[in-house]
Amino acid sequence: MTYVIVGSCVNDAVCTEVCPVDCIQPAPEAGEFATTEMLYIDPDVCIDCKACADACPINAIYPAEHLPDKWTAYREINAAFFRQRMRS
Amino acid sequence: MKGDDAGALRVAIVGSGPAALYTAAELVRVGGQDVQVNMIDRLPTIGGLVRAGVAPDHADRRQVIDVYEKLARSGGRFRFHGNVEVGRHVSHAELLAHHHAVIYAIGASGSRPLDVPGANLSGCHPSSEFVGWYNGHPDHADLPVSLDCERAVVIGNGNVALDVARILLKGDDALVSSDIAAHAREALATSRIREVCVLGRRGPAQAAFTHPELLELGDLEDLSVQVDPAELASVDWRSDDFASTLRKATLETYARSRGVPNARRLLLRFMVSPIEVLGRSRVEGLRLVRNRLVNTSEGRVTAVPGERSDVLQTGLVVHAIGYRGSPPQGLPFDAVSGVIPNRGGRMLDGPGGKPRAGQYVVGWIKRGPRGVIGSNKLCARETVRALMQDAAAGGLPVPVRGGESFSPLIHARQPDVVSYRGWKAVDRFERQRGQGVRPREKLTRVDDMLRVARSVA
Repeated sequence: MTYVIVGSCVNDAVCTEVCPVDCIQPAPEAGEFATTEMLYIDPDVCIDCKACADACPINAIYPAEHLPDKWTAYREINAAFFRQRMRS
Repeated sequence: MKGDDAGALRVAIVGSGPAALYTAAELVRVGGQDVQVNMIDRLPTIGGLVRAGVAPDHADRRQVIDVYEKLARSGGRFRFHGNVEVGRHVSHAELLAHHHAVIYAIGASGSRPLDVPGANLSGCHPSSEFVGWYNGHPDHADLPVSLDCERAVVIGNGNVALDVARILLKGDDALVSSDIAAHAREALATSRIREVCVLGRRGPAQAAFTHPELLELGDLEDLSVQVDPAELASVDWRSDDFASTLRKATLETYARSRGVPNARRLLLRFMVSPIEVLGRSRVEGLRLVRNRLVNTSEGRVTAVPGERSDVLQTGLVVHAIGYRGSPPQGLPFDAVSGVIPNRGGRMLDGPGGKPRAGQYVVGWIKRGPRGVIGSNKLCARETVRALMQDAAAGGLPVPVRGGESFSPLIHARQPDVVSYRGWKAVDRFERQRGQGVRPREKLTRVDDMLRVARSVA
């Protein structure tokens, strides 16, 4: 299972600081951070520890199986971000 | 520097929006109890554009205020002075005299002007005023908004433009549970608007909106989002970055959809610019010109007006073509870029000039109206790092007045100053007025806020 960042993300990025496995990208240290529309969680690396969801100041992170209806598209969007990265 | 106020690093922050809050939190993170923060805002409320700019149906994002307020206060030496205007109740020189450093976090809350004939007609509003109206900003609560027409036009297609379009088209039921100002909720309940045209001067690939905002439009009930397939056919998407991939797919979905019969409509139009707002005493239409795209020698894509023009009948025009900062009294200002000249947050006496000791900037007035709420975190870190380096190097002027004399000065100049407790009283009052139906029912008049704030003074 994995956690998922949804469309209300404001790039506060505190999640990247608390994630023990660095599965949230782009991190503020990366050049890509300045232009990214939001942050994403790599479902293949996430260990389901919930630290990011607890730290997020606006509750924009949910367990994949408990995504509110209006955000269901973001499970696929989070995963797609890392797939596209692998290709490029 | 531990100990009484005399030993603390005293910092004034002007403004209380996200840049100000991130900065206060960062000062406490690096300085702990050695830093004393006096936060000053023109309004009795904390939050800046997180309170008055973020759309009411995106209120989850407002929680950022609570979190950073808490962090700012965790050092135990945070004071709020609301309803106090720098330049009116207290001067910049007085702030300097009472603090080691002064940080301007005043943002960019005005709108870039719409420079076409007729832009001053009644019924044509800058987005800063229109958004302030529905968000209950005291400066704009009385904006004369008429929703007595079938079609509204939004000029610009950034996220603010999409916010405005969404709020105009969201049904009454969907707004009831939001923290939209009561006067706007009532006006929208009897709105006759059935269609909103959102106009972008360049093509879909260059549009300013982000994908989450674009995708959200498709989820609204009883709304057809329409994109002309012909406008997508010839797009040179160029970039294969992730956001462009998502944008292309979502726009193509909208272009293919047949729409909901009898639903309200949101039209995303591209490569058009307004050239004249038409009407005698108030807005009756908007004349548009079709643009074509040209690649500049610097590799940018720019819109060039063509020959063909047409007229959209409309009674309401909102232009959302960017925010703009205004020159603060007695401070340097770069009118071209709309920011206070600075190098990494250190205020300069002019563009490319010398640093002004103990004076800093952060947020939109430092880097221009770009980025999202969280962009302020790295921005605040940079400014605070500069300030702390200057402090360590002995580069901060020693304040001539003691820290204990600042609050009495403010009280003498502005008896109606609102403390942090006062703001929290307003905050609690508004949440209670929401009665569990909505996150809060905002107070939209300073007098009403003062009455509530005084109840705990």
